[in-house]
Amino acid sequence: MTAKSLEAHVRHQPRVAIIDLHGEINAFAEDVLNMAYADAESRKADVILLNFSEVDYINSTGIALIVSLLARARKSKRRLLACGLSNHYVEIFQITRLVDFMSVFPDEKSALAEGRGSIISSPE
Amino acid sequence: MATLMQRLQKMRLGRVKREDLAIQKTSEKRSSKVEIAPIEIAPNDPVVAYFLSSPGATEIDKLHLDSPALRAIKSAGIKVVIPLISQGELVGLLNLGPRMSEQDYSTYDRTLLNDLATQAAPALRVAQLVREQRSQALERERIDQELRVARLIQQTLLPQELPSLPGWQLESYYQPARAVGGDFYDFLYFEDGRLGILIGDVTDKGVPAALVMATTRSILRSTAFAALSPGKVLEQTNNLLHPDIPPKMFVTCLYAILDPVSGQLQYANAGHDLPYWHHKGDVSELRATGMPLGLMPDMVYEEKEVILAPGDSVLLYSDGLVEAHNAKRDMFGFPRLMALLGEYKNNMPVIDLLLGELAEFTGSEWEQEDDVTLVTLRRSESTGGSEIITMSTPHIDEKVGDSGWQMLTEMSIASEPGNERQAMDQVGQAVQVLNLPERRLEKLKTAVAEATMNAMEHGNKYQPDVPVTIQVLASESALMVRIRDHGNGKPIVEPHTPDIEAKLAELQSPRGWGLFLMKNLVDDVHVISDEDHHTLELILYLEGDNHDGKKS
Repeated sequence: MTAKSLEAHVRHQPRVAIIDLHGEINAFAEDVLNMAYADAESRKADVILLNFSEVDYINSTGIALIVSLLARARKSKRRLLACGLSNHYVEIFQITRLVDFMSVFPDEKSALAEGRGSIISSPE
Repeated sequence: MATLMQRLQKMRLGRVKREDLAIQKTSEKRSSKVEIAPIEIAPNDPVVAYFLSSPGATEIDKLHLDSPALRAIKSAGIKVVIPLISQGELVGLLNLGPRMSEQDYSTYDRTLLNDLATQAAPALRVAQLVREQRSQALERERIDQELRVARLIQQTLLPQELPSLPGWQLESYYQPARAVGGDFYDFLYFEDGRLGILIGDVTDKGVPAALVMATTRSILRSTAFAALSPGKVLEQTNNLLHPDIPPKMFVTCLYAILDPVSGQLQYANAGHDLPYWHHKGDVSELRATGMPLGLMPDMVYEEKEVILAPGDSVLLYSDGLVEAHNAKRDMFGFPRLMALLGEYKNNMPVIDLLLGELAEFTGSEWEQEDDVTLVTLRRSESTGGSEIITMSTPHIDEKVGDSGWQMLTEMSIASEPGNERQAMDQVGQAVQVLNLPERRLEKLKTAVAEATMNAMEHGNKYQPDVPVTIQVLASESALMVRIRDHGNGKPIVEPHTPDIEAKLAELQSPRGWGLFLMKNLVDDVHVISDEDHHTLELILYLEGDNHDGKKS
């Protein structure tokens, strides 16, 4: 069985970038994730939303990649949000305490409402 | 009150200097230079009550109180004082010397000064609060930094892996309190196959405790490897530590040496909590006398030994467990610990049992007061550690041994990246007959994926022709998935409990989640190694409604 590769597409909105992820987040996902994140950062987004609704598998290496993105976001004072995780992976994010540092939303709409709210309350 | 005094003093100092300058200028004309030393106003000085009850410009010469502050003000040459009062609190004094014209202050002057004080007092109070908050923030930052350093020292020095001894199971747990105490434990591997086990606790907290812990650990290790007996190791460590340990600090420590072949456990104790020995259903303390390390030189440490029989276990622990308090300030205590161990039936790791009981006792709002460290040592019922390997070729539906385990399936997975998905899917299909709740099934599948990935990567080095063997077994009360690789007997490295804060601060690698996830997703994880293989057992207990176990 060959591991499914990850695809990532970045949608840019004013001060927000949404990274739509499709596939599996494992060791093979590193380059795709990093490139997508760099793309999201390139237009100076204050908030970057990871959309996991088309992700069906995240392993511990994938968790490590997400931790690295989060560390990167915190260094550059950006907010990293997550949406579309299944209940099981929400629980994995709770066990690893990722949820303490990265807000998790059920869907894109609620994530963007919160993300934009935080931008409005902070100066440009 | 001390804060008030400090505030008063700070404000006075600033103002006196300005006043002093003014007085110096006039002194050139009058050649009557006034030296003003800082004046301390105690919170209970009568002058404080006077100013609070009589706000407004006050001619000091007309004021007669038995007040040290008033005497100091008068002797400094102050003529008029205007108290600065904000929200009923005296926040400062505006002190004026004689007028340059040498005339008294007029009514107009005083009205002006009173107006000025009314405006200045709240502004001054705000400035004081800002300064205090800045100072507190800096102090908090300093304390946090110290805690981070202390935690780093401790985590760096704790064992990176658990010993893998055929026929024995060792487990450890370490949870630092926020203030970071000085707990430590260590394993020493002797060339003749014996294992040294150390557990200790340094008095005090923070960086001082962490540094003493690091020093003590180094001395203990070097003396232990000089092939000394436990009592002699403690004796020499005590004599080396005593001259250098800071005053009022000491170290409690228990040192034991296990011979895994005979089960002999030699031990000596330097004032540490007594270990508990679970033997044939009875629990007893392993007593040996000795003073804590670093208190007095030339101490002698009693040496004892026991033989641990198959099925026996020993618990070593720190006082963070027994001295934990609940919301009513009751203590967890030794009797409760002993009773729990007496009721223990080997159906789950002792550490899980104790942590569960501790969590229930303290409640969810518990703020951990001290480090909690637990080390357990258990001798298997059947010694030798090869029981896993003898089960390597059962057939479907075969009863495995006499234990009541029934094989649901067995599979072989090629060690290629991504194949853990195959393992999780096949295990998922095999356990369908058990009707596990969806949530529990997902957890099991993720744990299987993680264990398979570890086996392919670390055990089999991703060699496609070296397979990972997976067995799924069920009994009436539990489900077990065994995942076996060809790890050549090298110990399975158990990383520190991953700490996301440390990872985000780049103090820990972002990786290292595998075993942690497994332990949190299933009820039990056993790690067994022999000369050729590693085996990981993932256990789900099926007792209770809907087969929902403790970690569902």
